[in-house]
Amino acid sequence: MVHMANQIALNFAAYPHEEAVANVTNHLKSFWERRMKQQLHEYVAKGGGGLHELVIEAEKRLK
Amino acid sequence: MALIHETDYGTPSRVAETLVTLEIDGKPVTVPAGTSVMRAAVVAGVQVPKLCATDSVEAFGSCRLCLVEIEGRRGTPASCTLPAEPGMKVRTSSSKLSKLRRGMMELYISDHPLDCLTCGANGNCELQDMAGVVGLREVRYGYDGANHFKENVKDNSNPYFSFEPAKCILCSRCVRACEEVQGTFALTIDGRGFASTVSAGGKPFLESECVSCGACVQACPTATLIEKSVLAKGQGEHTVITTCAYCGVGCSFKAEMQGSEVVRMVPHKDGKANHGHSCVKGRFSWGYATHKDRILKPMVRAKITDPWREVTWEEAINHTASEFKRIQAKYGRDSIGGITSSRCTNEETYVMQKLVRAAFGNNNTDTCARVCHSPTGYGLKTTFGTSAGTQDFDSVEHADVIMIIGANPTDAHPVFASQMKRRLREGARLIILDPRRIDLVKSPHVQAEYHLPLKPGTNVAMINALAHVIVTEGLLAEEYIHERCDLPAFELWRKFVAEERNSPEATEAFTGVPAADVRGAARLYATGGNGAIYYGLGVTEHSQGSTMVMGMANLAMATGNIGKVGVGVNPLRGQNNVQGSCDMGSFPHEYSGYRHVSDDSTRHLFESAWGVSLQSEPGLRINNMIDAAMEGTFKGLYIQGEDIAQSDPNTQHITAGLSAIECVVVQDLFLNETAMYAHVFFPGASFLEKDGTFTNAERRISRVRKAVAPMAGLGDWEVTQALSNAMGYPMHYNHPSEIMAEIARLTPTFSGVTYEKIDELGSIQWPCNEKAPEGTPVMHIGGFVRGKGKFIITEFVPTDERTTGRFPLILTTGRILTQYNVGAQTARTENNVWHPEDILEIHPLDAENRGINEGDLVSLTSRAGDTTLKARISERMQPGVVYTTFHHMFTGANVVTTEFADWATGCPEYKVTAVQVALAKKMSAWQEHYHETRRITTQIAK
Ligand code: SF4
Ligand code: SF4
Ligand code: SF4
Ligand code: FES
Repeated sequence: MVHMANQIALNFAAYPHEEAVANVTNHLKSFWERRMKQQLHEYVAKGGGGLHELVIEAEKRLK
Repeated sequence: MALIHETDYGTPSRVAETLVTLEIDGKPVTVPAGTSVMRAAVVAGVQVPKLCATDSVEAFGSCRLCLVEIEGRRGTPASCTLPAEPGMKVRTSSSKLSKLRRGMMELYISDHPLDCLTCGANGNCELQDMAGVVGLREVRYGYDGANHFKENVKDNSNPYFSFEPAKCILCSRCVRACEEVQGTFALTIDGRGFASTVSAGGKPFLESECVSCGACVQACPTATLIEKSVLAKGQGEHTVITTCAYCGVGCSFKAEMQGSEVVRMVPHKDGKANHGHSCVKGRFSWGYATHKDRILKPMVRAKITDPWREVTWEEAINHTASEFKRIQAKYGRDSIGGITSSRCTNEETYVMQKLVRAAFGNNNTDTCARVCHSPTGYGLKTTFGTSAGTQDFDSVEHADVIMIIGANPTDAHPVFASQMKRRLREGARLIILDPRRIDLVKSPHVQAEYHLPLKPGTNVAMINALAHVIVTEGLLAEEYIHERCDLPAFELWRKFVAEERNSPEATEAFTGVPAADVRGAARLYATGGNGAIYYGLGVTEHSQGSTMVMGMANLAMATGNIGKVGVGVNPLRGQNNVQGSCDMGSFPHEYSGYRHVSDDSTRHLFESAWGVSLQSEPGLRINNMIDAAMEGTFKGLYIQGEDIAQSDPNTQHITAGLSAIECVVVQDLFLNETAMYAHVFFPGASFLEKDGTFTNAERRISRVRKAVAPMAGLGDWEVTQALSNAMGYPMHYNHPSEIMAEIARLTPTFSGVTYEKIDELGSIQWPCNEKAPEGTPVMHIGGFVRGKGKFIITEFVPTDERTTGRFPLILTTGRILTQYNVGAQTARTENNVWHPEDILEIHPLDAENRGINEGDLVSLTSRAGDTTLKARISERMQPGVVYTTFHHMFTGANVVTTEFADWATGCPEYKVTAVQVALAKKMSAWQEHYHETRRITTQIAK
């Protein structure tokens, strides 16, 4: 899950920061199933070690 | 329908702005300039006798049967080679002409065996017909011509057609068909005078360059080249027009039938995707449909180690419904789902996703397109606004520069490859981006100007380098971009690709391709006229598959190569209905016509049409279903026409996931690999047994027509419908046409599609609606579907699948001509004579380092697993890269592929796996275990 999320972040990382966060958020919203988003939230709640910063920001907006 | 005899116009059609009017036997007729007198005559309703001419190949003028007289001119010219001229007055019959023609026929017949009554072509022989037409009554030269010496020489080496030289009239139609239609140049006329003979390079057909496309067989006017099925069964008595169920070219075929038995499949001349051509698969490899391995009764079992128990349809369906209901009650609504296949029709796929959304009440629906072209959908939708290729196939006839990226059309899309090769022979220039030296790099009369043999996994670095050259050398189509594209996005992209790190010189370190070649190729694509990109799974099946699709779209927009004939970005789809299965809403996040499930207005449309409330969040993809199964939250799965245990990556992960599911339902023709893990088996129907539609790679919707009744009693959609009813959600379609009517009602791009219209037009390319009532061959003309074309930044993110000391080689996978996908169909035909097993191609240097010789058994190991197969030493690969196909289960090529996938769509990274290769003494543990598991899990109780 961490690998998958980070891959998404890396592919948007070249965009200006705000656009990159919006893109990652939108991607997770559009393509991730409820259980996967839940896993992400739980993982971040436990510290989110190893997650790309764009994912961490996007996760906040997903809530 | 009675047996269809298509009109043979004798010579190919011509396209010209100038028209020519002439008179044939007193009848005026108008044809495009350049048309032959013979063709003009047929248009006027007059058949001139002929033998060496047929409209699939250019005229040759050798048989002299088609002679005509022209008023005011001397002599009797051959009408097949004579161009029509304005005001010409042509006579096609006179006593002089009759005498000349009879004389020619006498010569032919004196040299021909006269076993007409027992000949396989009896009833369908042009020599016989012409003898009748010219009124041949005697043969003054006797019947012992020189040809008879060949009487006992027959070449039966090809499994599907035979060659009997004694019957050959040396018309050379076969030679020309092989050159002009197929582009293989396998045949010649060898020898002189009476000793001349057609030759496949002096070898039996099977050992020659012949690819068994059947074009020569179709062109042959006699029984010299003839289908073995016709020899065995005789001529058909009625025809059913249908669509090939193999690749995404979607060739139209005439199934010639005797009652409910297929005698032969002949490519249909009116087929707009194939124009009368075919490949070995569609033309000959249909025997699997009646193979003894077919399962014809529904079956159930409690545990996968139990033998299967044959039951009635009713019992199988009720059992499944009660299992799914039990599972949902225990584990929740989202604990079950369905997977459909690109091998199924649009109607079957639509009903399947409807079952999941409306009857299961969730969005856990996916399709095998997930593992091949999902990045195409994502990438082209993001940039252009539509999840589909931009052109029709015929557009290639107007391309000046063809760029093939990660595709191998001569093997995987053979009929389109023939069309492309024709254009290349006419002078279009060719650029190939592929790690492997595919056939098109150099084949008869075709040579790529640039072959960029990049390292697997560096596509995006390469496309950025090509874009860098275009941006920094001033080759942009500025005006086009300003008019049609989103400018802020373009400016961001321009700045990004112009960065020095994206230059060919900087990326050479990753791609391994000399910078000068990259610069040359970019200049050629940008300045060589109409530039057309064709791509395949070598683009999509990567961790950056979607990024690469967008990279190609950027390149096309940057050079103005979108929105007209001859250009475009064109996916070559693997299976016949990849496009259709995506269009039909089988992905978990979108309804038919690519509308997201979170879009309220679309969802309300479906809710009111279906009378249920629908989930607004995306469901699970195939790989997520397997992960959820491993985690214990996904417990029921209905799989239609798809074999995930063989075709999906990391086999052991998939089979572990399947084993954790309480009710796996498989609907297929055969007990496939996934069925080893199933609890219910629904016997499927082959394409010959169904009504429906397929949508090919050019968005062309064609009819599949039932030639025989479903062998198991029910069509696939009927089974899905019955399951839905048993689950408590009513469906009452009486025929697939009613399903299409619903699709059209609910999907704007399909709103004008009906079965009647498809019958009338032959096929329709979507969008087909009020704006385009007859469909849309080329998209984005005058502007992009999404409004402004959107450039996307395509940062190169190297895959995490890297070579290491333990796994120092890169494995990449592909397919070959005679086998198809997981081999369920083709491996049950005689195509196995060409490809009995999967082989590992390895470069001589890598082989030498490991002491490997041609034909040695070697082990192929990755961090996911290992298998063994035989080695072939080949310089097609670069050192460090090995290649294999995945057509045979026992090879288990996917035992070694890993779970890495495209970041955006989850499409597996089949094209890059770090591996080690070593000499092996015995089968891998997986292979040994496989045999035993297969034996136990496929037993049927007697
Ligand atoms: S079957 Fe096709 S490839 Fe083979 S000789 Fe005939 S035309 Fe050529
Ligand atoms: S094999 Fe058939 S097509 Fe070829 S030259 Fe002989 S008669 Fe003509
Ligand atoms: S090219 Fe594809 S669609 Fe056409 S006959 Fe071959 S497999 Fe079938
Ligand atoms: S058909 Fe014209 S010369 Fe043979």
